[in-house]
Parts: sequence; C-alpha cells; structure tokens
Amino acid sequence: MKAFNLTRFSFSVAAGLFAAGLMAPVAVADSPKKGGTLVWAIQGTPRHLNPAVQSGIATGQPGTQLFAAPLRYDENWNPQPYLAKSWKVSDDGLTVTLNLVKNATFHDGKPITSKDVAFSIRTVQANHPFKTMFAPVKSVDTSDPHVAVLKLSQPHPALLLAMSSQLLPIIPEHVYGDGQDPKKHPQNAENVVGSGPFKLVEFKRDQHIILERNDDFFIDGRPYLDKIVMRIIKDGSARTIALENGEVHLSAFEQNPRDIARLKKNANISATPQGYGAIGPIAWLAFNTKRKPISDVRVRQAIAHAIDRNFIVKAIFLGTSQAALTGIHPDSPFYDPSVPAYDLDIDKANKILDDAGYKRGSDGMRFKLTVDFGWQSIKAPAEYLKPQLKKIGIDLAVRAAPDFPSWAKRISNHDFDMTWDVVFNWGDPVIGVHRTYLSSNIKKGVIWSNTQQYENAGVDDILNQAGRESDPAKRKALYAKFQHIVAKELPVYWSYTLPYHTIYSSKVGNAPRGIWATCSPLDQLYLK
Amino acid sequence: MNTLWMIVQRISYALILLLAVLVLNFALMYLAPGDIADTIAGDMGGANAEVMAEIRRSYGLDRPVWEQLVSYLWNVVQLDLGYSYFFNTSVVSLLAERVPATLLLVVSAQILAIFVGVLLGVVAARRPNGLTSHAVTLLALFGFSAPVFWTGIMLLIAFSLLVPLFPVAGMQDVTIDGGAWVKMVDVAHHLVLPTITLASIFLALYSRLCRASMLEVLGSDYIRTARAKGLSDRQVVVKHALKNALNPVVTLAGLQFSAVVSGAVLVETVFSWPGLGTLALQSIIARDTPTILGILFFSSLVVVVANLLTDLALRLIDPRIRSGVN
Repeated sequence: MKAFNLTRFSFSVAAGLFAAGLMAPVAVADSPKKGGTLVWAIQGTPRHLNPAVQSGIATGQPGTQLFAAPLRYDENWNPQPYLAKSWKVSDDGLTVTLNLVKNATFHDGKPITSKDVAFSIRTVQANHPFKTMFAPVKSVDTSDPHVAVLKLSQPHPALLLAMSSQLLPIIPEHVYGDGQDPKKHPQNAENVVGSGPFKLVEFKRDQHIILERNDDFFIDGRPYLDKIVMRIIKDGSARTIALENGEVHLSAFEQNPRDIARLKKNANISATPQGYGAIGPIAWLAFNTKRKPISDVRVRQAIAHAIDRNFIVKAIFLGTSQAALTGIHPDSPFYDPSVPAYDLDIDKANKILDDAGYKRGSDGMRFKLTVDFGWQSIKAPAEYLKPQLKKIGIDLAVRAAPDFPSWAKRISNHDFDMTWDVVFNWGDPVIGVHRTYLSSNIKKGVIWSNTQQYENAGVDDILNQAGRESDPAKRKALYAKFQHIVAKELPVYWSYTLPYHTIYSSKVGNAPRGIWATCSPLDQLYLK
Repeated sequence: MNTLWMIVQRISYALILLLAVLVLNFALMYLAPGDIADTIAGDMGGANAEVMAEIRRSYGLDRPVWEQLVSYLWNVVQLDLGYSYFFNTSVVSLLAERVPATLLLVVSAQILAIFVGVLLGVVAARRPNGLTSHAVTLLALFGFSAPVFWTGIMLLIAFSLLVPLFPVAGMQDVTIDGGAWVKMVDVAHHLVLPTITLASIFLALYSRLCRASMLEVLGSDYIRTARAKGLSDRQVVVKHALKNALNPVVTLAGLQFSAVVSGAVLVETVFSWPGLGTLALQSIIARDTPTILGILFFSSLVVVVANLLTDLALRLIDPRIRSGVN
C-alpha cells in the first residue's frame, strides 16, 4: 500500500513538536479560517466546465473545483489520497485497485461509486484528446461499489498522474451517461452535477463563474471558503490593476514579465512561479527536420549555439522564467540537466557551418530561413533570433501568424522551416512529452503532434519502454537516455519555461503550490 | 407618404445588404486558414486525428461548402442563427446575453459624445480665436488621436488605481447584495470609465463639426437680423443658430454609429465589458463561424436601423428635407 493517512501524520508531528516545546501555541492563530468569498481572476471564458471532455487550463481551473478525482498531488509529485483513500498497483503492474471513500456524494446527493469511476474513465477514453492517458485500461471491475479495479493491458505508470483532477474528473453516470454526446452535454455549462469541493451557482460567459461551498464535501471541514467568484478579465493590464487595488485576491498563469515584476514589488501581494511542474509549459524552437538545410543536424546545432538562453531568460523575461534544456519540465523528477546545453558560441557555430560546407555568399549570408510564431507572448524570442542568426550567416525572416488557427494549420501541415512553440507536459511524459518525438505520431493536420517529423527508431523504443516501466529508477534512467539522444539530434531546441506565476493577495492563506497550480482543488485555501 | 416610401425602400435595400454581408463573410471565414477543430485542439493543449475529425463531423464541416452555406442561409430565413461551435449554445442566446451590454455602452457613449461635443463646439464657435476654442481643439485632437485602448488603460490607472473611484473591470460586482436599485447604481458605476473612453474618440468629431457649422451659421444674414431685432445672445445662439448647425452633427452621428460599435470592441476588451465586441473578437480568433455571422447580421441590422432613424430625425429637424425641396 502506498497510501498513508496524511491528517494523522501531520497531527502526530504537530503533537510531537508541541510536547517538545518547539511549537508555540501561537501557531494556532495562523490556522485556516472558515468563510469568506475568494475573488479569482481568470483570463478567458472556458468552452464549458467539464474537464472530462475538454482539456486545458480554461476549463481545468473551474473544473477541478467542481469535480473531484481519485488522486491529488503535493508539491513534490507525491500522490495523495482524494476520492481514493488508498490505492494499490499489483506487482505485475497490470491491476490498479482504488479504494474509494465511502461518504462521498455528488452535488445532487447521489453516492459516488466505482461505477462512476468506470464511466468517467470510459468518457475520457472516448472524448479526451490525450488518448495515451488511459489507452492501456481494458476494463474496470465495479463489483464492489467502493472499490474500482482497473485492468491494464500493460504496466502503465503514467496512470497515477492521469488520475489527477485536471485529467480524470469523476462525473456522475446518472447525469452524463444519459445517452447525449458528452462533449455537447447541456449540463457541462449549467446545472453541473459535480463531485468536488465547490458547486456551480452561475456561469456567465465573459463575466464570471460563481461557485459556492459544497457543504457535503467528503473531506470534513473543507473547503474553508464559502464562495469563489471567478471573474473573467481578459486584459492583462486590467488584471494587474485589479490585483493591485485589491479587487481581486488571486490570479494564476500570469506570464507578462513586466506585470509580474511590478506586482512583486507590492508589499500586499505575493508572486510565485512554484506549482507549474505538472502543467510543464516549455517554449522551444521547433525544426522541420524534413526540410533542407535544417534537415542537417549540424545546421540545427549551429543555430542552437547562436542562441543565448541566458539572454532570453534574464533580459527578455526579466528572470521570471527558467532555462529549459530538454523537453521535460525542469521541475519534473525526470528532468536531466546534464544534456548538452549548446551554450552561446558564435565562433563554434560558424565553424560547424563552414565545416559542413555552407559557404557564405557575396552578401555574407549562407542561406535563408523563416521562423513562424502564432501568438504575441513569443514574439520577443522570435525576433531575437534574427540578429543572432545573422551573426552566423543565416538570413532569417520572422513571420507572425494573424491568429492561432492560421499558425496551427501551417505548422500541422508541415509547411514551415522553424517555429517558436510552447508545448505542455501535462503531468507524465507519456501524456505530453512522447507525442513530440514518437515517429508513430507524425500526424498531418494535428497540432502538437510530431510536427518536426522527427524519426528515430531508437528513441521510439526507449519511449515505449519508459511508458511501461514500473520501476521508478529504471524509468528515470530511460528518460535520461532519451533526453541525451534528442538533445544531440535536436529536432527541437528547448529554450525556456513559460514564466507562469501565481499572484495572490496577502489575505490568501494556503495558496496553491502543488504541481497542478490552480488546476487542482482549492479546498485548503482560506482568507485571513 | 413620402416618408413611408422611404422606409419601404430602405428595408428592401437592407435585406439585400444583409444577404451580401452573410455570404461575403461566410466566404471569408471559409478562406481563412484553420477552422474550429484547430481552435479546440489549441484550447485543449493537443489533439489527435480522430478527435479532430469527430469535431468537424459533428459541426457538419465535412460537408461541401456550398451545402453548408445554403443550409445556413435557409436557417437564417427561418430566423435561426444556428449553434456556436465554440460554446455549444444557440447563437441567438449568446447574442441575447451580449446585446444589452453593448447597446448600453454604445448608446451612453454616443449620448455623452454628442452632448459634450455640441456643447464644446458651441463654446468654441462663439470666440473662434479665444483660449477656450484652442483648448477645445487641443482636447478634441488628443481624444481623436490617442489609441482608445491606451486612453482606457490610462483612465484605469488614474481612476481605479491612483484614485480608486471606479472598478477595474466587468459590468457588475457580483459580491454585493441588494435590490434592483443597488444593482442599477452598480452597473452605472462600472459604466463610467468605458463610456468616457469610447466617447473620447467621437467627442472630437462632434465638437469640431459643431464648431465649424456654428461658425458658418453665425455668420449668416438671418443671425444678423436676429441680433438686430434685439434678441438676447442666448436666444440667438441656441434657438436660431444651433438648430441649423445641428443638421450635419445628426447626419454624422448616424453615420458614425457603426464606427462606435466597432470602437466598442477595443473598449470592451480593456474593461472586460461583456458585450458583442468581446464575443466578436473571440469568435473570429476561434473560427466560430455561426457566432461571427450572427454578430455581423445583428450589427448590420443595427446600422441599417440607425441610418433609418437618422433620416427620420433629419426630417424632423429640417423641414426642407421633409418637403422634398433641396
């Protein structure tokens, strides 16, 4: 059994410290207070509120308040009991048993049973874009209403992270299993029947989402808040001002370096980059490995040597972001920073290109390339490339797409040389990392598939092995090997993590710090 | 009879115009690269071929384009504007949510711009080379040339942050409880800054135009006669001169109505005003064709109606148009 009782554990630690006189009773004054309304700014209107059929942050933030999941995670990537009070993975890795809490009910009062877990998994399997999450789940045994037994076709360590609220919300079969298409179910946006700490009061597009405390939540005494008002404020400057003047208590996924720097100076406001490990947003320069001359690995390596990660992180992002050396987020336990980093070295870059036979023309240029980008926040790094590549004799055109669909169409149809892009890890590497490198995932027309058209049978093997390796140490070694190979072959030049910050007022206690940021239940958050 | 004929004529033009607007924009949306499936994939952080095919199939995007257009137009004739791809809800209900907010903003801004613009224009025209006149010109030019989103953010910094008189964003404060009266005051409170921002552009136009036409009128013979009769200055300016000088202002106000609606897009974004502008922007980026067409359909309708009302207003103000002389 991997589970243990968290409440009892912390209680006994606290009691021990207390007895030893190490912990003054004053600390009690800082204990969570009940009640209050949290005003939380979000950046856009979600399509609807059901994360089972709509991935992404917009739906995830309200969705994880409305729906509970089998597991939740602490800031060190350790699974914690949630709807499953304990769980067990069999030795052969082919059976995963979830023991559900017995007193849990949906917002309409009906009990949450293993049948609903099975239904939720089936719904996600059929409708969620991340097919790898539950692909190996063959069946779910629901003979005991409080025990769900998942039968797998192969060991699948990614399953545990896939059972977080962001990815596997437990939805009621008696509501969403009524035969309607779950993607278009009317109760995705109104009269949502959830299982989480908060209930939906009102969802007004482009205005607000109002949630209220679920008094029958299965964790006693939680949530602490009475109400959450999620205000939809699209303009970044307006959100910053609203945080500064105290109209808003909390905003997550903020990524404008100047706004973050300004908010950090405010004594009443905290800003933290902690908590985005599982979401894992990495900005990178992707190469179309089937296009000349960047099909030549030496050209890609030369380009990498012409870029200064440090400049991007420190000067463009004012230190709000961190350098990313591989396709796995630096906060992930699988991240291996020992890979070749391609430090800035213009002479070396020029020598690589000279040796490879790319001669400079009369204008000093070797060849032309185009770099695409699809949205505003990566404009600066895209433009930074132009003077850098000029130094190594590459005439670069920077092409801005008018909007996301135009960019997505071009890139997913492989009609590009290079593009800046941001891809998210979404928990386990199986979910968000493999897709970029597996040759089986070269899918024309699908954005964030292997649009680099990178093919390496060795990498395919390592990833497929790592996907079913149950032993954490062996798994880590496989991912280290993978990171070294792709860092050498460079289908992608990984650059920096998005400077996501959670901004909160000093009135907020227990601001979310787990690996899923605000895409996780805020039942422990309170207002001082 | 004349007026009635005009209305009938206008309505038949309007129908042709609406059809053209729909067909043209349908074609434009079709030609733009990418579609709703790409948007949804982007929103979800990834996708796979099956999910994308399923999205296209469920919205009928796999059918031939002419078939999509014909079925859309047939629905519009039956007053059904279809379903939003992005929000999975009927376009009519989306519009119904947004229209009141936009109308409130646009009408308030128009009224403010016309009222203050005319006032400033009259004041400036009375002493065309005086200090006040120059100040009005300067203010007008500033309001006209400053980008509207910049004006909005500056007003926010000044009156929401430094001197916190007004709320930052939205149309209402959902955390306050109270009756209808409290809620109305709350909406009015939220309305102040967006209205001033949107009015600032048009204020310039109206004040300059009113100043110019007042100057022209004030120099005419009948004004001299009026003064010679011994009428007070106030009577001459307001009753005799302004009544005639207003004519071009009303015409412009009607013509500008569409510009005010498009100006509202930016203002709504800065102030998170939940109107049509915010929805339009989002739908264009999302390639949510039915919603965009619905918004265009509606805003064309508004412009047609506004022009019709302008014509009627001009007839009321100016007997020459009514009688067909001119």
